[in-house]
Amino acid sequence: MNSALFIAQRMTAVILAFAVAIHLVTIIYAAQHGLTAGHILQRTHGNLAFLALYSTFVIAAAIHGPIGLRNILREWLGWWGHRIDASLFAFALMLLALGLRAAYGVFVA
Amino acid sequence: MTGTELTVRIWRGQEDGEFQTYRLATRAAQTVLDVVTEIQRGQEPDLAYRYACRVGMCGSCAMTVNGAPRWTCRTRVSAVARKGILKLQPLRNLPVVKDLVVDMTTFFVKWQKAKGVFEPGSVPLADFAIVKPNSAERRAVDAGVECIGCGICYSACDVVAWDRDYLGPAALNRAWTLVNDVRDRGQTERLAAVAAVGGCHSCHTHMSCTRLCPKNLAPTYAIGGLKRASARAALKVTT
Ligand code: SF4
Ligand code: SF4
Ligand code: FES
Repeated sequence: MNSALFIAQRMTAVILAFAVAIHLVTIIYAAQHGLTAGHILQRTHGNLAFLALYSTFVIAAAIHGPIGLRNILREWLGWWGHRIDASLFAFALMLLALGLRAAYGVFVA
Repeated sequence: MTGTELTVRIWRGQEDGEFQTYRLATRAAQTVLDVVTEIQRGQEPDLAYRYACRVGMCGSCAMTVNGAPRWTCRTRVSAVARKGILKLQPLRNLPVVKDLVVDMTTFFVKWQKAKGVFEPGSVPLADFAIVKPNSAERRAVDAGVECIGCGICYSACDVVAWDRDYLGPAALNRAWTLVNDVRDRGQTERLAAVAAVGGCHSCHTHMSCTRLCPKNLAPTYAIGGLKRASARAALKVTT
């Protein structure tokens, strides 16, 4: 179990490194070029590359974050066993649902 | 430094206790263990402390010296005293028996839990195992095998302090030397044991163990090796 989580955390870290870099560069580009929300939505509307990138980002974050949080809760609060796994699974699903909803929302807007 | 006065504050008691102060003259090339012995023989006959070999082999003389765990038989007073003061406490992270003596039971129980014991298998090997001196495995074993079980790394590790399940650097270092022992027949169980709760994944790579190990071993790297080996084993099982 721990090894599987370890592997999942390392692999999603690689994805996140790229995704976060692209995300930041895009934000800086948009801000530097004075793009308005309207301009941005124009470019993201119906853009499958955008949807694919951000869906991957969301999925990776929904896996990566809860694994780290699991270690913190275990070490700091002594949470343990099914209770911690169930809470974090719920948390991961929440991240996934909210994140995908947001990405899809921008895609169709 | 010879002839000047040394002030030694020593922890007396168990978990509850207090420091007592002793004074004695410094001597040339004196070790911390020499100081404790001199105090016990001359001033405080019921002072409890441990040692056996006095030459850095047995691992029994470790204590906290001015805040950091050290092997006292090989630590010169001149290297660690601050302004002529030595503060001596039992090792951290283990229950105190009395004064400077700790109960090492949990430390060694965790070695067993980490499967830090050679597993010969039910049938003896038919022939000698051939281990090339410069093979990667042999070199990994060499890097970690000189552990004297002093408990200094265990005492130095903050994760041990806050997670009572954590197996600790020494046990994991030993497990890593065995993972690289081609004669060993208990690898599946060992890799499962070190990947369980409290195993190698709990290490925060603080490196206090590696900084303070008196044998200059690097448990942190051994733990990194275990993370890789157990990940590889997990991938093999699932594919
Ligand atoms: S590297 Fe790991 S085992 Fe060593 S002191 Fe840090 S947390 Fe403990
Ligand atoms: S790894 Fe080093 S510090 Fe830890 S028990 Fe062995 S010799 Fe002592
Ligand atoms: S007395 Fe044996 S290592 Fe110090």
